Amino acid sequence: MSALLSVEGLGISFGGLRAVHDVSFAVKPGEILSVIGPNGAGKTTLFNMISGVYRPGAGRVMLNGEDVTAMRPDLLARRGMSRTFQNLQIFQNMTVLENAIAGFHLTESGSLMADLLRLPASRARARTAREGAMRLLERVGLERAAETDAGNLSYGRLKRLEIARALALDPKVLLLDEPAAGCNAVETEEIDHMIAEVAASGVAILLVEHDMKMVMRISSHIVVLDHGEKIAEGDPATVSRDPKVIAAYLGAEAGEETDA
Amino acid sequence: MRPSHKSATLLVLIPLILLAPVFFPSSFYYRVGALIFINGLAVTGMVILIGYAGQISLGHAGFAGIGAYSCALMPVHWGIPPVLAAVFGAVISALLAWLVGRPILRLKGYYLAVATLGFGILVYMVLTNETWLTGGPDGMNVADSGLRDLAKSLGINMKNSEFWYWLCAIVMVAGVWLAMNLQDSPTGRALRAVHGSEVAARTVGVDVARYKLQAFVISAVYASVAGSMVALQNEFVTPDVSGYMHSIEWVTMTVLGGAGSVLGAIFGAAILTLLPQVLTAFAEYEQLLLGLIMMLVMIFMPDGLLPSIMRRIRGKDE
Amino acid sequence: MSELLQFLFSGLTVGAVYALVALGFTIIYNASDVVNFAQGEFVMLGGMLTVFTYAAGLPLPLAALIAVLVTAGVGVALNKLAIEPARGAPVVSLIIITIGASIFLRGGAQVLFGKQIHRFPSFSGDTPFRIGGATILPQSLWVFAGGIAIFIGLYLFFTRTLTGKAVLATSNNRLAAQLVGINTNWVMTLSFALSAGIGALAGVLITPITNTSYDVGIALALKGFAAAMLGGMGNPKGALAGGLLLGVIEAMTAGYLSSQYKDAAAFIVILLVLFIMPQGLFGAKQTERV
Repeated sequence: MSALLSVEGLGISFGGLRAVHDVSFAVKPGEILSVIGPNGAGKTTLFNMISGVYRPGAGRVMLNGEDVTAMRPDLLARRGMSRTFQNLQIFQNMTVLENAIAGFHLTESGSLMADLLRLPASRARARTAREGAMRLLERVGLERAAETDAGNLSYGRLKRLEIARALALDPKVLLLDEPAAGCNAVETEEIDHMIAEVAASGVAILLVEHDMKMVMRISSHIVVLDHGEKIAEGDPATVSRDPKVIAAYLGAEAGEETDA
Repeated sequence: MRPSHKSATLLVLIPLILLAPVFFPSSFYYRVGALIFINGLAVTGMVILIGYAGQISLGHAGFAGIGAYSCALMPVHWGIPPVLAAVFGAVISALLAWLVGRPILRLKGYYLAVATLGFGILVYMVLTNETWLTGGPDGMNVADSGLRDLAKSLGINMKNSEFWYWLCAIVMVAGVWLAMNLQDSPTGRALRAVHGSEVAARTVGVDVARYKLQAFVISAVYASVAGSMVALQNEFVTPDVSGYMHSIEWVTMTVLGGAGSVLGAIFGAAILTLLPQVLTAFAEYEQLLLGLIMMLVMIFMPDGLLPSIMRRIRGKDE
Repeated sequence: MSELLQFLFSGLTVGAVYALVALGFTIIYNASDVVNFAQGEFVMLGGMLTVFTYAAGLPLPLAALIAVLVTAGVGVALNKLAIEPARGAPVVSLIIITIGASIFLRGGAQVLFGKQIHRFPSFSGDTPFRIGGATILPQSLWVFAGGIAIFIGLYLFFTRTLTGKAVLATSNNRLAAQLVGINTNWVMTLSFALSAGIGALAGVLITPITNTSYDVGIALALKGFAAAMLGGMGNPKGALAGGLLLGVIEAMTAGYLSSQYKDAAAFIVILLVLFIMPQGLFGAKQTERV
């Protein structure tokens, strides 16, 4: 099967500082590709370029055979890309349920006039979205918090709410930026299962995660970044034995220790 | 805000409107009431812009000016009946909002504030300086709308002030109804998503620029209709209707009352419309007291009057 | 040519005042993220208080000094009594507080000083100098000198003194500043005092030319705000450039096109600049961090 999402020679600099340089890889439907690397390796920056938040300085992003480099995120969403954020981007001014409904924006939005006049068509669209949102909240275990203001949720639950919202788009490609951060062991395992399940349904998943056990368990393919460059790539077993990878991680950890 | 707040809002608003005249000792009070409703209509539009979409405007009185002068000019020059002119005025305001909104709404925060302020001042300057058309600072007459005669022919016979009290009330309630419909609709959710996090709104597929523009256009129509109501009621307009002080006043009413909800903003409009009337009793201390009250409310109720009061009633200390 | 020079002089004079008001906005904005709409009232108070202390028989320099100090005190009071107690409130609410403060100060001035127009004499007479066929009032030179002195003084304050650096650090990162032991409350107070004092000084300098009344503050606040945004909010250089530019555009429009539309021209330029540079002339471009 051919790649659903591929990046080719992607790079970006901030004020002369090379954050990401010449990174390439490809993900097929149903595959889980993990991007790992020490802190500051450029993983989130890479995500931001792929999802259209940053404009890449070099290279291109291909989605389903179409060049989508630097395309606006809302247009990428229409083409089946969805994502979560490392630093949560929750709609704090809404309830948990409304956050999930917002994920159905593309299917629930219609004419402004129908919404203003609360015509049956508008109500029907909203109802469908609401039901879908409720099902997703159940899936991530937040159904009982549905009417809570999103701002009152714990970090781990907000992470799950973001996943629910991202799934609401019924994406073909899903970018997850540290979905298990702030979650306890049980929650991590639940998320783990959910990701595997979503991938099994044919979605291409791009994952940034610090929990190495989780990464090794569920990834079909791993790309290792260090200082913005790809230093290794392959299946979990190969990557974990790669001396360059070990050096990068040990080096980073040694560095952190001396910092502290 | 839950969906049920729509009926709650109307259930609070309508009885208040119906009951208030019982306590009115003179026709002057009807006039103040009508003014509250006109401001209430404008701030309902501001809630859509500020409360839902999280955008600011210090220039919406400019649209009120367009609505008001449409009612004044169109009957004279094109023989269009004043009420129809109000509709055309709203259409012109919508088109203009759409045109200027596209570049302006790319700006954020204070930059947006100053750009909209500039827009409002431009409208005000044109209305003030193009004396050949608008009569300049002295203003101009507005033809009788004929609405009261229409009501009479339908058997409703009221004093002028009473008639306008009820008419403004109906228009405001209609505006509130639309705004409340919007709040829990897909469009309303998209607007509030833009307010909550622009980047997240984009990733769920919201065309941020388009929705900001929609909120801007809708609120411009509200302001335009409010301006038309002023013109039709007074049968006279001056450029003052578009002055930046009105724009700032509307934002202040909205935030003071509680920008998150229509009812809060209307509450703010009522208070800031009534206060100067009450404070005239203190003659030269009026401004001093007005400023003091505004500061005190915002210091002790930073989320706005209504949300703070509601919280106190519910006994929740958040 | 002499006409152009004449318009330029008057534009720069007014522009210097706008720049000082914009500078006041910038200082408070940097310390607190709040746009203080009472900034124009500081200018009014500076002029007004000088008028009345001078009329009470004090020599003009002393009267001006008292006016500046009292206004700085008003600035401190505004911070202590209205802004500090509302700490943590949404920024819009803080702005409404400053609008309330502006109405309050205007109302107070109306009660204390009445609604008449007031003035006091120029510092060095009213005999204009002739330069290249244009004339310039000695008071305009005082305005320039005062403006330049303030900008240089502030530059030295922010770059050479420990206190100034503490203020800068606070505007960069409030939390980090607190962590390294800077008393950020004190920085806020200082910022309000500075910005009120600068506003008052602008009022002292310009009143002999424009006269003053209780309600001159609003228009000045809006112009100063516009100038600050034109230059790029938070940047003192932007405040200077924005203020002078705004003054010159107004004077040129009034001179060559139409005095009625001078405000319109200024705002058209602001709109155009912002369309091309959404962060103003000197504003920093921000990258979204997600």
